[in-house]
Amino acid sequence: MSRIWKAIGLLAGVVLLAWILYHPGRRPELTVATVNNADMILMQQLSSEFEKQSGVKLNWVVLGENILRQRLTIDISTGSNTFDVITIGSYEAPLWGERGWLVPLDDLGADYGYDDIFDVVRQGLSYRGRMYAAPFYGESAFTYYRKDLFRKAGLEMPVQPSYEQIRQFAQKLHDPEHNVYGICLRGEPGWGQNIAYISTLVHAFGGRWMDSDLKPQLNSRAWAEAVGFYVDLLSKYGPPGAITDGYNENRALFANGNCAMWVDATSAAGYLLDPSQSRVATTTDFAKAPIANVSNGPGWVWSWGLAIPASSKRADIAKQFIKWATSRQYIATVGERFGWLRIPPGSRKSTYEIPAYLQAAPFAPLVREAILSADYTKGSRSLVPFVEVQYVGIPEFQAIGAEVGQEISAALAGRATVQQALALSQAEAERSLKGRSVQ
Amino acid sequence: MRRIGQVRWELAIVVWAVALGMFFPILWMLLCSFKTEIAAVATPPALFFHPTLENYHAVLERADYLAFARNSVLVSLGSTLLALALAIPAAYSMAFFPTRRTRDILLWMLSTRMLPAVGVLVPIYLLWRDLGLLDTVFGLILIDSISVLPIVVWMLFSFFREVPAVILEASRMDGATQIEELVHVLLPLCTPGIAATALLSIILCWNEAFWSLNLTTVKAATLTTFTASFSSPEGLFWAKLSAASTLSIAPILIFGWMSQRQMVRGLSFGAVK
Repeated sequence: MSRIWKAIGLLAGVVLLAWILYHPGRRPELTVATVNNADMILMQQLSSEFEKQSGVKLNWVVLGENILRQRLTIDISTGSNTFDVITIGSYEAPLWGERGWLVPLDDLGADYGYDDIFDVVRQGLSYRGRMYAAPFYGESAFTYYRKDLFRKAGLEMPVQPSYEQIRQFAQKLHDPEHNVYGICLRGEPGWGQNIAYISTLVHAFGGRWMDSDLKPQLNSRAWAEAVGFYVDLLSKYGPPGAITDGYNENRALFANGNCAMWVDATSAAGYLLDPSQSRVATTTDFAKAPIANVSNGPGWVWSWGLAIPASSKRADIAKQFIKWATSRQYIATVGERFGWLRIPPGSRKSTYEIPAYLQAAPFAPLVREAILSADYTKGSRSLVPFVEVQYVGIPEFQAIGAEVGQEISAALAGRATVQQALALSQAEAERSLKGRSVQ
Repeated sequence: MRRIGQVRWELAIVVWAVALGMFFPILWMLLCSFKTEIAAVATPPALFFHPTLENYHAVLERADYLAFARNSVLVSLGSTLLALALAIPAAYSMAFFPTRRTRDILLWMLSTRMLPAVGVLVPIYLLWRDLGLLDTVFGLILIDSISVLPIVVWMLFSFFREVPAVILEASRMDGATQIEELVHVLLPLCTPGIAATALLSIILCWNEAFWSLNLTTVKAATLTTFTASFSSPEGLFWAKLSAASTLSIAPILIFGWMSQRQMVRGLSFGAVK
């Protein structure tokens, strides 16, 4: 008996060893780092076509946004030759391009259609006119609302609501007994979470992060008004525990029918209209992002782009891949194969001329308009010498945004007053920017 | 007699409640992995639902689970072997030939566990880059064995100390060299303790996420990286993440279940008995 067991054990050992030592044959390889967003996962699925065409093997490193950002920052700043294609946002592209960490992408060929890319999106991924990341998809922000609830309450959503109207609607539609909350907004602290939304709110109230000498403006009246409005609105008419709700949580809440209104990124629209993923697919409608004192749009524009680290030894093949993944043809392939609601939107003008897409996505013209209305140099009333949209395009912003996000979240949770939170935020921003001037 | 029975009965309820409380997150993860994405985030949470295997299908389709699992097996076994190879002589020397500084050295070793790993991330990253160890299984084995080393030394030290010094002396009287004494006398005496230490080390290395996320990309990525790749800033991912986590912990859970007797024996009865 024990002999049989020994034989089985030996066999298992040999199988394990063979499995451990097994390595399939090698082809030229490209390591692609990307975020785990639905659009990127589709790209991964479709990439076997690129592999067939080019004979290149793609290795995918898929990570959550925060881990990926940390990973890429260490990797690229130490010049380690780990990745050949990386996924970065419009915050990183110009900053990293400026430091020479990325390969410029101006030479993808005449057939790439540079003119077809939205100017504002291209500008966001460029430094001094050179594009350092090719846009995969872009987004702006608008207002999602439930037309069935509005109809029932006898309310009508204007094309572009004011924040005062939003407050009135939220008050009337707030029905926590039936798990319907007047408004959902980002409450989770983070420069890419609550701060993204709050920046646009401050812009709407006529404020800005800093003046043209990089002096923080968080103690200004506009900030006090905007943050006061946000804390009041969300604590009265928002879902319980709003300080833990980021983009994802709010999207799930809205899809589950728990929000009457939600102001956030346009990229959730396709998902909310998909009946297999949303309970409100037939009852969701869209309006422009709300305005307050200033009427030049939400000033929200973000795009995810593909870039090549300067340390990559396979930049030529990497360029082929990027060209393939950000082309018009790619968008058409996704639309035809997976349905038009699932295409990566917001990067190319021609997307908004595809009849099938416009039919499937009634929100498309509104998205286009919101993207076009964003101006990198004019977050609010006044011109600034740096990018100011839902983030500020300076390296210190990650840290400042994270800190201010925490303070505002404390105010939302009732642990501090709005004045206290903003005073601390101003002090923190001043400390971070001490001795800093615009180059 | 009745009173004792009653106390035991109450104790059993408390023990069950604590055990269930500790097990609940794992149970919930398991349940979520069989739900659809919408059902996984539904409020109030659904206890009864139509189970689906679509998450497992999606997870296995997107990533090469076996490649990640292979690296996890290699890294946790390799790190444990390396850590044992370094720790056995160290613990032997400290247990049987202590000096005035032995205690301090032990405490210092333990104190390195309190350093947040991220504090040394950049230096380690640069070192690994220059030594060509980034994204290699050996590089990960090296760093993981360093990080479990203090615990392994401490555990072995406490097991070795329970061995009466006279036994070793007797073997020395019989003419055994130090190596022979270690290999033929001490190690066989402490097998349960060494086994328990090795098991714990394997589990710790299996679960280690920080270094495998930061030092590996494709070739040496372990199951913790596999799991992390299913969290997302956009869209619903809980059900798929649960399926990925279930797949990641399944091997070590089975392994722990099979070796629990050795582990409990090693940890509770000391080395010699």
